Amino acid sequence: MKRFWAWGALIIGLLYFILPLIGMTNFSLKMRRGVYSFDAYAKVLADTRFQETFTYSVTLALLTILVGVFLVVPTAYWVRLKLPFLRPYVEFVTLLPLVIPAIVVVFGYIRLYNTSSWLPLTGTALGTDVLLVAGYTMLALPYMYRAVDTGLRTIDVTTLTEAAQSLGAGWFTIITRIILPNVLVAVLSGAFLTFAIVIGEFTMAALLNRPAFGPYMQVLGANRAYEPAALAVIAFAITWGCLGLIQLVSRFQKSAQRPV
Amino acid sequence: MSFLTLTHLQKSFGSVKVVHDFNMTIDKGEFVSFLGPSGCGKTTVLRMIAGFEIPTGGTIEIAGKDQTHLRPNQRNIGMVFQAYALFPNMNVFDNVAFGLKVAGKPKNEIESRVKEMLKLIHLEHLADRYPYQMSGGQQQRVALARALAPKPEVLLLDEPLSALDAKIRVSLREEIRQIQRHLGITTVFVTHDQEEALSISDRIVVMNGGKADQIGTAPEIYNRPATRFVANFVGTLNVIEATLVNGATGVVKIGEELVSLPQPVSGKADGQSISVAFRPEAAMVAGPATGPAALTGTVMSSNFLGSVMRTKVDVGGNIISFDIFNHPSALRPKAGETLSLTLQKDGLMVLGD
Amino acid sequence: MTSPNPPTGPFPARRMRLPFHWLGILPFAVFVLLFLIMPTMKIVIGAFQRPDGSFTFQNIGNLFTPSILAAYGISIRISMASAFFGCLIGFGTAAAVVLGGLPRAIRGPLMTFSGVASNFAGVPLAFAFLATLGPVGFITVFLQTELGINLRMLGFNLLSFWGLTLTYLFFQIPLMILIITPALDGLKKEWREAASILGATNAQYWRMVALPILTPAILGTFALLFANAFGAVATAIALTGSSLSIVPILLFAQIRGDVLGDPHLGYALAFGMIAVTGVANTVYIWLRARSERWMR
Ligand SMILES: Nc1ncnc2c1ncn2[C@@H]1O[C@H](COP(=O)(O)OP(=O)(O)O)[C@@H](O)[C@H]1O
Ligand SMILES: [Mg+2]
Repeated sequence: MKRFWAWGALIIGLLYFILPLIGMTNFSLKMRRGVYSFDAYAKVLADTRFQETFTYSVTLALLTILVGVFLVVPTAYWVRLKLPFLRPYVEFVTLLPLVIPAIVVVFGYIRLYNTSSWLPLTGTALGTDVLLVAGYTMLALPYMYRAVDTGLRTIDVTTLTEAAQSLGAGWFTIITRIILPNVLVAVLSGAFLTFAIVIGEFTMAALLNRPAFGPYMQVLGANRAYEPAALAVIAFAITWGCLGLIQLVSRFQKSAQRPV
Repeated sequence: MSFLTLTHLQKSFGSVKVVHDFNMTIDKGEFVSFLGPSGCGKTTVLRMIAGFEIPTGGTIEIAGKDQTHLRPNQRNIGMVFQAYALFPNMNVFDNVAFGLKVAGKPKNEIESRVKEMLKLIHLEHLADRYPYQMSGGQQQRVALARALAPKPEVLLLDEPLSALDAKIRVSLREEIRQIQRHLGITTVFVTHDQEEALSISDRIVVMNGGKADQIGTAPEIYNRPATRFVANFVGTLNVIEATLVNGATGVVKIGEELVSLPQPVSGKADGQSISVAFRPEAAMVAGPATGPAALTGTVMSSNFLGSVMRTKVDVGGNIISFDIFNHPSALRPKAGETLSLTLQKDGLMVLGD
Repeated sequence: MTSPNPPTGPFPARRMRLPFHWLGILPFAVFVLLFLIMPTMKIVIGAFQRPDGSFTFQNIGNLFTPSILAAYGISIRISMASAFFGCLIGFGTAAAVVLGGLPRAIRGPLMTFSGVASNFAGVPLAFAFLATLGPVGFITVFLQTELGINLRMLGFNLLSFWGLTLTYLFFQIPLMILIITPALDGLKKEWREAASILGATNAQYWRMVALPILTPAILGTFALLFANAFGAVATAIALTGSSLSIVPILLFAQIRGDVLGDPHLGYALAFGMIAVTGVANTVYIWLRARSERWMR
């Protein structure tokens, strides 16, 4: 009886999660009347706006990952090594972006860094891009920090550092040659997740008026019928790809750690 | 008068038979240890008694009532786990009170019973502590109090001391035994540590590969092991090759010496070679006061252990361990020396397989 | 800690090391200050300022109009509902898989899918639901043409409280599964066995042992899911355009074009959002502290 209910609930749950995916896929294939076709995809992929915004978002995602890694890895490492009493506070700060809505943060950017402020970042396209990367870094911070900090927990930071120092390594060498490779899987996991978050992000990009993929999708959604569904399928595939890569690298790590 | 009766108990996980035909009766108030190497099925038998596993065959009776298919919470059993398993969200008082609470006992009765239990384990002053604030030994005593609070008919302990360090292990095992005597509760104690089993049990069940090889008191198990496995597993055992001279009278030839064994030997023809086993304490250095030397060999090592020197001698390829009692003028053999040993006749055993 | 007039000399090495230690987190501190703390503070302060910079409660007072209050009301209710059902269903699913109501083999795929679905929020998610349950979505059409059921006539509208809640659950449930599964793994088998051999029923075990142990994790996830839904802008905008008046949409429109005609009302709106998630998290921290006395 218990089994029956468990299975019943599972099937309802599966329907809930699968039907929207079927719905969007189905819709994305129906552009041509009466038959299934890839017309919507062809149209989307041929759209120069799509190509531009997608490239822009990919670039920004990669920059965000770069900034995130260079911000988070040394910090998490340093806190574990030298300032362990700060760990709860740093952790608290890294969780703040989950609590402060992104729309509020970006609103703050617009007001704090406007053209008449001390740091007029929104005045130029480049400045706005900097702001957007910073904002995305904040969005990804909770995930990146957790991933890296968990990765650091599995290695003995202090011993590794002392061993490296006794061999004459400097800080830069220690971080890039010793610590980073050891938490590579954690960093990659954080990076793929960052990519998944940034690639379709809407709020920040829209309010900062940058030509990103998220706002493009939204505009298309307001004006077209079938193309948005095709975009949704593409976005879903990207998310799935990123999460799949995370699985792949962590499985790789597990097999690498297994003694021969 | 048997209190806990296990009859033809069997358990398979899938196609793997883990417990074969386990039979045993335990008297009321008796303290029985299950002793055996890891993986021999001790825990599985215990879990069947507790009701966590349903036997594939056989029955479990307590006080004449069939328990085989009762759920754990329908049995009246207390259990102590290796890793304490205290509820981390409750303090000591609430942990001990748990069984009484779920039984719906009135508040004042719970309170007095918990106090009584805490007194029994000498932890009255820690009633407000949470598990994480206590040492392993303290936690395990609380776990014992928790198991005993609802007045179970049978107490089961699954390697309760394995996670503790050596000193506490000894003191706590004595405390457990003393509390058990005081309450007169029927107890099954699982361990893989022979010293533990030998020191505190009324009877010991030596288990091997899912069966009970031998059931008996500590001296019985130690002095008259029923199988080669028991002899090997419990205590140190020396084995030497001998030639059977006369099976009917139990005379064998060890080295150049004719020795008559305490019992006749059957199943082997005269003239065949035969393995004779003995405990370290059955061997001593040959001298004027002892009988003639039976064995002569080369000293391999002699380690000072305090009251004794554990000495190993190579006798024709068989390594013999024995102890020399320490006193200021005691013999201190050096490696490489030649040493002659005599054997106490009644310590010699011929092992069945 | 620091004395007002530091003695010269006695501990030079110590005084040299201290700043160096702290230097290590300087980049992080500056970055967070510039791009998280200061912008947020700007909003908080702005909410209590007139355009000329003087202090006032007027902006906050201006929030108390029926339409803005209604927007907060519906936002809070949607967030509550989606967090509540997300926790409930996510917990049930995770418990069924971890504790064995369902085969363990589905665990791997479930976790992977949860990872994907919890990140599949925003614009594409809205498209997926529109294509499914929207006015011309395939289920809507299927029910209409094959079974003669008109969802709209039955009162269902995707662009409504329940529609939005249903959509949000698509990322809320998986998020709960992702967070609560490790917590369920942390329940030791021995606790359940100890409870049952002490005479407890399954229900008593859950009420007295398992749920109290899980409470901090459940509360934390609830607070997180609440904030997650409360701040969700993209899904709402892509789903409803601006037809549903919830706080993030209102704020979005305000930032875009000052629809309310008062820039400082924007600060107040945003401050209100921080206040709501802040209160939610304070309640969470308080409850957690109460439920967690037994933790190290
Ligand atoms: N739930 C189970 N499923 C499959 N095999 C099991 C299970 N529990 C125990 N076993 C197997 O049964 C054997 C006996 O286990 P156990 O009773 O725990 O041994 P012991 O307590 O003597 O170390 C072991 O080989 C173990 O691998
Ligand atoms: Mg065991």
